[in-house]
Amino acid sequence: MINMKIDSTKKHNRNDIIFIVALLLIATFGALYLFVFRDGGNTVKVTVDGKTYGVYSLNENITEDIHTGNGNLNRLVIRDGKAYMETATCPDGICVSHKPIFRDGESIVCLPNKVVVTVTTTDTDSPDVVI
Amino acid sequence: MNKSKSVAFFGVCTALAMILAYVEVLLPPIFPAVPGIKMGLPNIIIVFLLYRRGPIPAIAVSLLRVALVSMLFSNAMALLYSLSGAILSLLVMIILRKLNFLSTVGVSVAGGVAHNVGQILMAMLLLETSELFYYLVVLTVTGTIAGILIGLCGSLIIKRIPERLLKF
Ligand SMILES: [Zn+2]
Repeated sequence: MINMKIDSTKKHNRNDIIFIVALLLIATFGALYLFVFRDGGNTVKVTVDGKTYGVYSLNENITEDIHTGNGNLNRLVIRDGKAYMETATCPDGICVSHKPIFRDGESIVCLPNKVVVTVTTTDTDSPDVVI
Repeated sequence: MNKSKSVAFFGVCTALAMILAYVEVLLPPIFPAVPGIKMGLPNIIIVFLLYRRGPIPAIAVSLLRVALVSMLFSNAMALLYSLSGAILSLLVMIILRKLNFLSTVGVSVAGGVAHNVGQILMAMLLLETSELFYYLVVLTVTGTIAGILIGLCGSLIIKRIPERLLKF
């Protein structure tokens, strides 16, 4: 018999709970930071293979075909202040099924085509124009 | 120690881990907003091996499983991605088991979360971006919940499989 009693003590179970609660607390703070304390961004930045491909305003409705080489294509759509990937040639389709993004720092990643779409905030718009 | 019996045993373990990985692909997405999240079902086998057969068999079966599943069902990119997750997960689980302050449930939660963190770190490296924090938060929560379920399954198997079946 190897270590059959190793993990059934009360101390282990108590440590488990502390560990799990700590992990969830860290995630909760992360989520609060992401979803509550962060406002919507105004700019969409696209990088391909780590290099900047283009910067677009989140307030204009556009459709942009991102050519990533080798005939690969990601179609980015910005509509009603949200950005999403409409189509892509990547095999997994993860980027296409990602929900539309609009908060500062949110991103859609297409790992196979090495495309990262990120929402950022730039100060170019004068603040008194907003709403 | 019977060599052919242990070859057969670890072969069955690898096959089981592969089937669990395949089942995961067939299941509907847990959280459709962030695709790519998986339960980490193969970790049941890895946790079992870690506790009943030690770190080396756990490492061998885990890496074999990742390599075979990636070769059969996806590409080299996915291999790199899941390999980094598997290695970090193994490391964390082996160290935590040695330290012996968490039960199998705690260890498998840590392993599940480490698997996700490893994959995201590799993605950050490959894409040269640090803007994947969002994924990290979501995957920590889902990885913790999945890890609890998998740890409970794993600890049942660890306790119930009699040692005489594992004597070669
Ligand atoms: Zn994609």
